[in-house]
Amino acid sequence: MIAAPASLAATSLLNKKAPELVRIDLSHNRVDLNAYRGKVVLLNFWATWCAPCQMEMPRFVVWQSQYGAEGLQIIGVSMDDDPALAHNLSAKLKLNYPVVMGDEKLGELYGGVLGLPVTFLIDRNGEIRARFQGETDLNAIDMQLKSLLHHR
Amino acid sequence: MQCSLISRPAVYATLVVALFLTCPQSPAQFSGPGVDASSAYSVPQAQLLQAEELNHLLSATGSAKPLVLQVGSHVLFAQAHIPGSEYIGPGSQPEGLQQLQKRVADLAKKKFIVLYCGCCPWNRCPNVGPAYKLLHDMGFTHVKVLYLANNFGTDWVDKGYHVEQGR
Repeated sequence: MIAAPASLAATSLLNKKAPELVRIDLSHNRVDLNAYRGKVVLLNFWATWCAPCQMEMPRFVVWQSQYGAEGLQIIGVSMDDDPALAHNLSAKLKLNYPVVMGDEKLGELYGGVLGLPVTFLIDRNGEIRARFQGETDLNAIDMQLKSLLHHR
Repeated sequence: MQCSLISRPAVYATLVVALFLTCPQSPAQFSGPGVDASSAYSVPQAQLLQAEELNHLLSATGSAKPLVLQVGSHVLFAQAHIPGSEYIGPGSQPEGLQQLQKRVADLAKKKFIVLYCGCCPWNRCPNVGPAYKLLHDMGFTHVKVLYLANNFGTDWVDKGYHVEQGR
């Protein structure tokens, strides 16, 4: 099937409600994005073969500890085919936030995840406020994150 | 050809130029010391193909039309891939390389093959380098790798080139 360009659609998600995300995470718990309304959510698409992803994830672990009490919830979405690979890396990196398995349907819902990493910042009302793709300046994400956390 | 540097400062610059002229890199030769064979940078510059060139080639016929193989992520392939391309598997994994070897086993060594991934920025892609090396080592003489600087979304889809979806 010939499709319309997918990743351009990602920009149209800005300032709109984040698409539904209900999945069972790698620890067998149900993760529902709607349940985090009132929190700021950092939604990170990654994969075990993605080197830039692995560089930024340790920073996410720090942020989850540092900003968790202020209302940050990080959710990882592994775009690996094999959950075992995602599980192993999550354990190795000691991820302190839930990780669910993604697929093409979820990727398309989020405007096409056609290169990794991709990170969305979702505000306390469930609206997407920022999208970062590729190797990103983590300080830029940090600044925007703090701004969203201060906005109650 | 064996090439070595002689350290005589007075003629150093001349030698460098002479060496450059007498030791050209063969298109099939992998980059020199310090370049990891698993890196996309290990693919010789001459073997890179730009998106626009490949887009034109897709409408070619006969032997000018390449066999296009995706050697990266299946989830990304399912979302969008180059029309007519086939999913092989990640070139960074033994399973992916086995699959690639199997797919090309019966092909003529002069078959025009294009590899692509686009999972990550070029300097971070772990897949195209090993896949290219395998085909090179198998004796394939007409292999190109699609150069995607950022990723498949930015450098192919967003540029308006056609895609197909599905596994």
